[in-house]
Amino acid sequence: MIIKTVKDAATATADIKSGMTLLVGGFGLCGIPENCINAMVAMGINNLTCVSNNAGIDDFGLGLLLQNKQVKKMISSYVGENAEFERQMLSGELQVDLIPQGTLATRCMMSGYGIPFFPTPAGVGTEVAEGKQIINWKGRDYLMEEAFDADFAIVKAWKGDTTGNLIFRATARNFNPLMAMAGKITIAEVEHLVQPGELDPNEIHVPGIYVHRIFQGANYEKRIEQLTSRKRL
Amino acid sequence: MLDKNGIAKRIAREVRDGSYVNLGIGIPTLVANFIPEGMNVVLQSENGLLGMGPFPFEGEEDADLINAGKQTVTTLPGSAFFDSAMSFGMIRAQKVDLTILGAMEVSENGDIANWKIPGKMVKGMGGAMDLVASAKNIIVAMQHVNKAGESKLLPKCDLPITGLRCVKRIVTELAVLDVLPEGGFKLIERAPGVTIEHIIKSTAGKLIVEGDIPEMVID
Repeated sequence: MIIKTVKDAATATADIKSGMTLLVGGFGLCGIPENCINAMVAMGINNLTCVSNNAGIDDFGLGLLLQNKQVKKMISSYVGENAEFERQMLSGELQVDLIPQGTLATRCMMSGYGIPFFPTPAGVGTEVAEGKQIINWKGRDYLMEEAFDADFAIVKAWKGDTTGNLIFRATARNFNPLMAMAGKITIAEVEHLVQPGELDPNEIHVPGIYVHRIFQGANYEKRIEQLTSRKRL
Repeated sequence: MLDKNGIAKRIAREVRDGSYVNLGIGIPTLVANFIPEGMNVVLQSENGLLGMGPFPFEGEEDADLINAGKQTVTTLPGSAFFDSAMSFGMIRAQKVDLTILGAMEVSENGDIANWKIPGKMVKGMGGAMDLVASAKNIIVAMQHVNKAGESKLLPKCDLPITGLRCVKRIVTELAVLDVLPEGGFKLIERAPGVTIEHIIKSTAGKLIVEGDIPEMVID
């Protein structure tokens, strides 16, 4: 049994340096590692390259790092409603690689599976194909896409045990298990940290071998981007 | 002429019993409201949910349970969650039967542009490039003309492309049109009260009008 527990977000992220490449889990504000993001804002590291499907919103999630000009480059699939992200991109302050969402997910997964590149039809004939190798297989064109090579992966899980086994909840799973598998160093923050043996091995989404540091997160806001509901009749 | 709900209603008639369907953001999302009661359709949300249910009751919203448009939703009996790689795996492997999405432009050979206006607006492609590259059947829901009154059905897309030769059918406020394999928009139906002349005037790409064009049936 190998114990991966660290005290808190500040300890877990202490050796993340300016200029590094980070995979950051979550989709919109759903399943984002709030504690680690706040810790990195406080540390003041900069020139980061962040791979994340979105960049949060202006004043929450990765949007906080953007607002603080701590990010040099974003690799994302969707800018969406983040006005500051769009502004920095259009003004050229921020480098942005927009890539298809499935490509982003699979580039993480392949990293965790030890496969250096893979073919996908997504983006053939578009700007995304520029500079990429195209292979034709059985009459169809595919882009060769590379697995990510990131210094850190920072993810959020619902439950985890001290050996790093992770379980995600609902659609907060999204990119988190894939990124967890893809970091040279993977940091997982969890809502519920339990002792080994308390999680059913049948229900583990990511085995602890992929996780290097785990801690119990605190003060989760879990903001909702689009609150939609219906009235009870 | 149809409003957004009218377009969604007409598209709902394309949905088949027993199918898995991915709905994009905007008008496509509204299609879910018009799928006939008793029809078994499973909605896929590409952030990792099959069997997307309606919005939650007030006070029961769950920050961990959203759709691809980041709206709070619910599950249904039989729902499943999965990660984003599996989500696009099932899309790439054509397990999803029908994809309905919005567009800024469609060309007469079925190219679609919907993610960027250079220098002005960049939303990003999200899952759209993966969806259009792999989907078995793609229906586009969009306005026939833009705010400046210019046609969005073009000989060739001016905006950056999302995918090539992939759109099969288009439903607008004016008409239902099929994109023919050899190129061209074939007029299938007119919206209630819309003349063929109006559709001709609003379509910049090659429009094919053959025989009587029926008016849409919308319940």
